[in-house]
Amino acid sequence: MATSESATIDLVHSQRKKGFELFVMGVLILCSLVAVAVTVGIVLSLLFEAFRFFERIPLTDFLFGTQWSPQTALRADQVAAEGAFGAVPLITGTLLISFIAMCVATPLGLMSAIYLSEYASKRSRNLIKPALEILAGIPTVVYGFFAALTVAPLLRAGGESVGLNVSSESALAAGLVMGMMIIPLISSLSDDVINAVPQALRDASLGMGATHSETIRKVVLPSAIPGIAGSLLLAASRAIGETMIVVMAAGLAANLTANPLEAVTTITAQIVALLTGDQEFDSAKTLSAFALGLVLFVTTLVLNVIALRIVRKYQEQYD
Amino acid sequence: MTDFITPSTQLKSRKSAEQRFRWYGRGAIFVSLAFLVVMVGSILYKGSGAFTTTDVAIVVDLGPDAVDPANPQDARFEKIVKDALKARFPEATKRADRRKLYGLVSNDAGFELERFVLANPDAIGTQARVWFRASDDFDILLKGTVDRDVDESERRLSDQEIGWIDRLVADGDVKRGFNWSFFTNGDSREPELAGILSALVGSALTLLVCFCFSFPVGILAAIYLEEFAPKNRFSDIIEVNINNLAAVPSIVFGLLGLSMLLNTFGMPRSSPLVGGLVLSLMTLPTIIIAARASLRAVPPSIREAALGMGASPVQATFHHVAPLALPGILTGTIVGMAQALGETAPLLMIGMVAFIVDVPQSILEPATALPVQIFLWADAPERAFLEKTSAAIIVLLLSLITMNLLAIVLRRRFEKRF
Amino acid sequence: MSKTAIISAKDVNVFYGEKQALDKINLDIPENKVTSLIGPSGCGKSTFLRSINRMNDLVDICRVEGSITIKGQDIYAPEVDVVALRAKVGMVFQKPNPFPKSIYENVAYGPKIHGLAKSKTDMDEIVEWSLIKAGLWKEVKDRLDQPGTGLSGGQQQRLCIARTIAVKPQVVLMDEPCSALDPIATAIIEELIDELRSNFTIVIVTHSMQQAARVSQRTAFFHLGELVESGSTKTIFTSPEDERTQNYIMGRIG
Repeated sequence: MATSESATIDLVHSQRKKGFELFVMGVLILCSLVAVAVTVGIVLSLLFEAFRFFERIPLTDFLFGTQWSPQTALRADQVAAEGAFGAVPLITGTLLISFIAMCVATPLGLMSAIYLSEYASKRSRNLIKPALEILAGIPTVVYGFFAALTVAPLLRAGGESVGLNVSSESALAAGLVMGMMIIPLISSLSDDVINAVPQALRDASLGMGATHSETIRKVVLPSAIPGIAGSLLLAASRAIGETMIVVMAAGLAANLTANPLEAVTTITAQIVALLTGDQEFDSAKTLSAFALGLVLFVTTLVLNVIALRIVRKYQEQYD
Repeated sequence: MTDFITPSTQLKSRKSAEQRFRWYGRGAIFVSLAFLVVMVGSILYKGSGAFTTTDVAIVVDLGPDAVDPANPQDARFEKIVKDALKARFPEATKRADRRKLYGLVSNDAGFELERFVLANPDAIGTQARVWFRASDDFDILLKGTVDRDVDESERRLSDQEIGWIDRLVADGDVKRGFNWSFFTNGDSREPELAGILSALVGSALTLLVCFCFSFPVGILAAIYLEEFAPKNRFSDIIEVNINNLAAVPSIVFGLLGLSMLLNTFGMPRSSPLVGGLVLSLMTLPTIIIAARASLRAVPPSIREAALGMGASPVQATFHHVAPLALPGILTGTIVGMAQALGETAPLLMIGMVAFIVDVPQSILEPATALPVQIFLWADAPERAFLEKTSAAIIVLLLSLITMNLLAIVLRRRFEKRF
Repeated sequence: MSKTAIISAKDVNVFYGEKQALDKINLDIPENKVTSLIGPSGCGKSTFLRSINRMNDLVDICRVEGSITIKGQDIYAPEVDVVALRAKVGMVFQKPNPFPKSIYENVAYGPKIHGLAKSKTDMDEIVEWSLIKAGLWKEVKDRLDQPGTGLSGGQQQRLCIARTIAVKPQVVLMDEPCSALDPIATAIIEELIDELRSNFTIVIVTHSMQQAARVSQRTAFFHLGELVESGSTKTIFTSPEDERTQNYIMGRIG
């Protein structure tokens, strides 16, 4: 029967069309796997090179050594020809600069977020918010330039006038400028978080005669704490991984110090120093950069995972 | 007794706490924005000078002794320039003085004269007045950045040199003009000649590679995740992965590029190809997240309409859903590209920090990028490079502003409220 | 103004931008009685309630005309401080909204910000008094340090009432306090309202006419932004003067 025959044909896709769709699907899946492949690639290459490094330098020396001087290897037969690879001064330097940055960015970012979400009129909010976001859009090399050529000399001159000896590559200059860079990160995330606090809680507090700032400090902020903590963690992770500002403004002196006026170096600055210029790829010096990279990757990853989890939990609470 | 008119002292202090709190907020915003203004302002101030340049006119002798009309290219142009300078200021007789005298014009003066002679054969055999690029110290003096009252030993220019320059100015032999060569030259050790063309082209090539890889991959990945991926562990892993990748420090991507692309796959070091690929891996999460958001904004009714007509899910997506989401995806892509344009650290890792004079011709040649050029110049000791660095930053910021404006316009124009 | 009236509204108009939400409201609210405001949705009864402690100030586009006096003081006079006003005129909201803090801290919040307790013992006393008044003490006295959000809906609302009366206001405004609760919790709250009447003047907005009849001594009926009529609850429910009131009570509008 002609009619029934045509009906069967209509209901079944042609083999070619089906094949094409399968092919498209394959390409789509492949593309979404690229992101996974990148992560796997990062982990594998860091692990592999770092492993080669740890074949030469024991892991404990790397993690607990307080001397960092990879440049000392001159001759192969020299005693300790590989130099010293104690990462402690780099880690403390990174933490010092990040700490300064957080000390700058946390109050400024948080207060900006509070003002924008609680006090500012809609018009000024629409004006100020994008202006703050500009800070996040400026390339870090520009911050580095500003820190090294404007802020650092200013601090040095200021220190001299009050009799303080400020290093020209002080942790303070790098930290201050880095803090400015992460303000928008904190302010925009905290702004979202504060806006998610239900209006009913504000009404309850205002309704019993609390002032606006009492309501914010005693009701809104405590409710928003988890989300704000998440945003601070993300900002800290960003500060730890920031490279150009510290390369340009913090220098390479591996000092083990907590004095913000002295020069310190960071993990990222050392990675850049170790891997730019001519290099033989198999020396402990270049391989140590990957060990540092591994430390950096793991630290920031842990911070991010915790932060994202906290933020998500928080969002679910008020959804 | 009800009394809410005369505030108690306790209420007064609460009120002033309220006012203080508000001022903290205003203060925080003010400090942040003031920092932005000061930073950008100081760069604009420092960099504006680099867009003008100084040229100086010197009468050169192109007589038959100096230039052979048959073979003009064989002439010793550098010597001609030096002779002309000596003739202009005959009082410089000591070697040290003469060296200072030659330093009034840029090191390239010989080449400039050669180009002039080859372009104007009529001038051969005459005394020609030729414009040369003035040296960086000369240029800075005229821009007023050098304080003439400082003790001579603390200045880069001696009183004698300043005297020559003042005479040249008085005689009308000095002109200031727009510094076109800043945009048409490659890098140079001489600040007055250094330009950003090679870095601009390097950045453009790098972005091109970055776009060609991350745009299609990002869009397709987003389509899969948003439209087809089943809700299971596998999709969860991809999703978590993308979110975390977005927060990995950029320098780690550089390490990946160095160890995988350069050392394992043997791709050419310092090339825009490798730079672009590294940056595309970095921007991929941005693009995927933006693309998913705009796909999600397409109402399900459109999908249902297409499916109801007998389109396959793949057809429904590619014919109807994706085109509607495209403006949003493009906006996200431009924002991602702007991020990539400003990125420096990963490029350092894969060796795009070379001193590049020539404009790269392909994505396989060694190149540098604009932010890296800024990084390199920021380290240069010459005073005049400070100006150049700031000017390069201005160009970079202008490009970023343009890209972001484009993104905003695109969003305004095509944004559909479903 | 009648002698017992604590709150007295005169020619009150409220606007949201261009839209007029209340039109010439004149109403006296007697002291230590429960007054209920009834009427169909959108009739302005909540708007009126919120203008008594100036919660409307939080809405940028809201504008109030006319005068509302409490014990003779105009609360919209420029020298009046909203913070001090709201300490005297407390509010309980439609949905229970305890702070995400412990039960104790929820109740102690108001006394703390207003500086009502001089010592920890003072504060303990206030908290206990408020919770007893709110009929919650027996249920929570052993777990004061647990989060207020962990209580049941009805308990949460009683906690909010305890929190409100802890600052010893003169007037307590209640905006449909039982609308999110089940009938048993509602009954408990209604009983509570009746007891609170001896200490506080209560104004309650309610959707349920049975509730108005059960808890209030005075009733005011709002319709489309107008105050149609007000009087003793008994009169309003048995012999309303206005036809619209009659229709509403019979269930014909709303």
